[in-house]
Amino acid sequence: MEALYATVTGFLAASGLYLALRGRTFPVVVGLTLLSYAVNLFLFSTGGLTTNGAAVIREGVTHYADPLPQALVLTAIVIGFAMTAFSVILAMRVRGDQGSDQVNDQRGEEPKEEKS
Amino acid sequence: MSLPLIVLLPLLGSLIPLLSSNRQRNLNAWSTALLPAIALGIVIAHAPGVIAGEVYHSSMSWVPQLGLDLAFRLDGLSLLFLLLILGIGLLIILYSRYYLSPEDSMPRFYAYLMLFMTSMIGIVMADNLLLLWVFWELTSLSSFLLIGYWYRQSEARRGARMALAVTGMGGLAMLAGFLLIGHIVGTFDLQTVLDSRELIQADPRYLPALLLVLLGAFTKSAQFPFHFWLPHAMAAPTPVSAFLHSATMVKAGVFLLARLHPALAGSQLWLYIVTLTGLVTMIYAAYFALLKYDLKGVLAFSTVSHLGLITMLFGLDSKLAVVAGLFHIINHAMFKAALFMSSGIIDHETGTRDIRKLSGLRHSMPMTAALSGLAAASMAGVPLLNGFISKEMMLTETLESSLLGGLAWLIPVLATLGSILSVAYSLRLIRNVFFGPEAKELPKAPHEAPFPMRLPMLLLVGLCVVIGLIPAVIVSGVLDAAAQATILAPRPELHLSIWHGFNLPLLMSAIALAGGVGIYAVRRNLFSFQRQFPQRNALMIFEHSVRRLLHWTQVAIDRLENGSLQRYMLWLIVAVLFLTGSGLLDLDQLQGSRQPQPLDGLLLAGAGITILAGLGTAVLHRRRLVSLMMLSVVGLMVSLAFARFSAPDLALTQLAVEVVTVILLMLALFFLPQRTPKESTGARVVRDVLLAAGFGGVVASLNYALLTRPLDSISGFFLDNSVSGGGGHNVVNVILVDFRGFDTLGEITVLCIAAIGIYKLLNRLRLFMPSSDSEGRPWSKDLHPMLLATVSQTLLPLALLVSVFIFLRGHNEPGGGFIAGLVTAVALILLYIARGVDWAQQRLSFQYQPIAVTGVAIATLTGLGSWLFGHNFLTSAFGHFSIPFIGEIELATAMLFDLGVYLTVVGATLMILANLGKLTTRHRPSKENEKETV
Repeated sequence: MEALYATVTGFLAASGLYLALRGRTFPVVVGLTLLSYAVNLFLFSTGGLTTNGAAVIREGVTHYADPLPQALVLTAIVIGFAMTAFSVILAMRVRGDQGSDQVNDQRGEEPKEEKS
Repeated sequence: MSLPLIVLLPLLGSLIPLLSSNRQRNLNAWSTALLPAIALGIVIAHAPGVIAGEVYHSSMSWVPQLGLDLAFRLDGLSLLFLLLILGIGLLIILYSRYYLSPEDSMPRFYAYLMLFMTSMIGIVMADNLLLLWVFWELTSLSSFLLIGYWYRQSEARRGARMALAVTGMGGLAMLAGFLLIGHIVGTFDLQTVLDSRELIQADPRYLPALLLVLLGAFTKSAQFPFHFWLPHAMAAPTPVSAFLHSATMVKAGVFLLARLHPALAGSQLWLYIVTLTGLVTMIYAAYFALLKYDLKGVLAFSTVSHLGLITMLFGLDSKLAVVAGLFHIINHAMFKAALFMSSGIIDHETGTRDIRKLSGLRHSMPMTAALSGLAAASMAGVPLLNGFISKEMMLTETLESSLLGGLAWLIPVLATLGSILSVAYSLRLIRNVFFGPEAKELPKAPHEAPFPMRLPMLLLVGLCVVIGLIPAVIVSGVLDAAAQATILAPRPELHLSIWHGFNLPLLMSAIALAGGVGIYAVRRNLFSFQRQFPQRNALMIFEHSVRRLLHWTQVAIDRLENGSLQRYMLWLIVAVLFLTGSGLLDLDQLQGSRQPQPLDGLLLAGAGITILAGLGTAVLHRRRLVSLMMLSVVGLMVSLAFARFSAPDLALTQLAVEVVTVILLMLALFFLPQRTPKESTGARVVRDVLLAAGFGGVVASLNYALLTRPLDSISGFFLDNSVSGGGGHNVVNVILVDFRGFDTLGEITVLCIAAIGIYKLLNRLRLFMPSSDSEGRPWSKDLHPMLLATVSQTLLPLALLVSVFIFLRGHNEPGGGFIAGLVTAVALILLYIARGVDWAQQRLSFQYQPIAVTGVAIATLTGLGSWLFGHNFLTSAFGHFSIPFIGEIELATAMLFDLGVYLTVVGATLMILANLGKLTTRHRPSKENEKETV
């Protein structure tokens, strides 16, 4: 099961990274979102994979899931949403102001003219 | 103790001139002089004690972690320098009052001057190496302001920049040296350092420490080859030059040599480096002083030359040489300040400083001529003046030196040569300017300057004469005390007097005077000799090298930062792969000792769907809508994974966020191109696939290695204390709102800031609105489907009720502020989608920004509230209450905090989505109207 979990994380990370390396804004934002899923899964798993663990404290129950990574990942999910939102709106703003959705600074395409 | 006052008063004094206007010139000058005068009074009050051998200390802790204390001391060396700095400083204040023209801002000038004076005082009084360094850099900064005072002149700007670059860099080297010394000794306390001579010199780090400290001293004191900045600092107003280059700035370097003399001097290394640097500087600069046409240029090079002389004396391994050096510091400060003032008066009254134009000024300004003549004679070492005595001592000491072994005779010979040149340029200065026929074509008709402007000169030259005649009476006390502080022993027997009988030094002095006159007589030959060398301007070379440095830096920056996000990502990923990969290589084997858990079919299917959807998102990315749908599948599967592995809170959150994210991205996609053009070259795709595969492999390996290794978690603490300490059974929620509440507060603040940033980004954004999708199909005319509208409206109260429920039970059951907030936000967004922004806004007539901000405020205030009860920030309290019909519930202050979280999440999410949604409707009604009219 651990191997399977790790494989899923790896595939999501790879797909996200591939998209993040694209040259247009929308795939990059999607890629970052995908990457954040992978990161959240990874962080979550640092507490171990618990099956049928209790989520809340009950008398006489000793089998609990590790709450600490859960708390960290919970805020990470919300912050990840804020980040996704910010970057996609930034992309829209760039398109509105510059008319392009390319991620690269267009001046970087050609070598700069030497000026003395 | 009043020691800190000596530093503090001039510092306050830098504010005083700023209080009066530029027009009240007398008031400005007098009020500025007041505080340093009081400081001088305090110094003088301490003087008898210091001369009697006492050392005053005063210390306050500043940054104890760094070993930096506000520690001041007043010993003989400090006393000598304080008298010079404050005494000459006061004269400069008086002189500047008449020197500055009405267009120059007097308050600014005085403020800079006082700031500089403060930093100088700090250097000489510091009782802690780091504090000394702080003031040292302050002198670099404030002298930059002073040299660049006439900032409209490019010469002044460039001169100031060069001085700052050279002395600032030297200062940094010095700091490195101090840090080494501090490491060797174990403290930065000056007294301890001075007492640890054997320890320091036996340490292998002595060599680098000495070199670095000397680099600082030599750059500041303009020693060869770092002398080049000083002549260009002459672009400063003349009072500044008179202050900086006689008594202060450049003397800081030689002060440092004297201050650290007990700790660093005495080794062969010190002897060679310091003595020879001083000697070379003395002769080199004296030669160039002879060749300059600018009055201040002559004085600048002569300053460098005399500093060389002092440096050489501090280098020689004789106690008397140190005394001679200290004595020459006093004498040089006096005659050089007087000469600079004279050049300022000449410039002021004739409009030029060019020696070739000036001539015969003794007729029009007799007093200035007489005073300058005396000061120059002192500089040349003419008997009966103070310069003669210290020069005589210098020549005596060079004869005693054993440096260079068999070639020891070179030192006195070269010292005599330096003296000859010194006589020659002093003679040239006076004879060419004040004697000869009266100059005709001067920019202004020369006449004597107002008396108060000549008064400082008169006092200084008067002192030169008095010290020259009766040295023992005037300076012996201060000099003794200073010598004692520098060589940490009572001053060796020395009779300060003008007559020591016929001896070799006297002969050398006579040779110097005669030789100087001789050189002066044949100076034209020297000029024509020098003309065959190409002119080299230090400023040009310096500026050129700075430009070259900037150019190469720019080239390097352009290589690394070319504006391509893809390239930055590449570097980042390569770095990650390298660092993480090398860590993985160190593992013995990937699999750890923990037993793997069993697989089942459901898990396999789930994993398969997730992987396929993830790959699909990437592979189909050019069809953006499809890619987005794939992404949402991944999100849902992740949410299921959380549920499967016993994390219901996470599952709920992920589900809600997934909904919001997909709505957000759909809205964004409406404004962005629906498809990504095929741009990447095959090679690029291959490269990225390889990178991504490598990255995925590393992440998977890391994750697997982690999962199969024994787990040692700190979570036991949270599980044990959640109920007793936080009053809640849902540990995740208790961690969020209680144990790690401060983190959560930070996170909702970030969320709120991001939302506000988005709000600003969307402000006045105008975007092209496509009238059809990528396939060319027009958008549906049915904007707000009846079914959706009805259902969403019906669902709204229910959804709100659910969110209240989730919120209330969050502390004990899965739920909480984050999830409740997201549910509320989704319910409201659904209403926006179903009914349109206009409809929704008419009914929900509140702004979302205040809601989000209120949320953060409530959370913060909850945290602050615990201060009222004397607890730490965000300490929670809870109790059980019984409410009729509902029963007993548990209320904790953490719930209030959670309310803040809830409001922030609702406000921020709606601020983002509602404002984005508004963009879609801004033009739409008008477009429809157009269609209808057509």
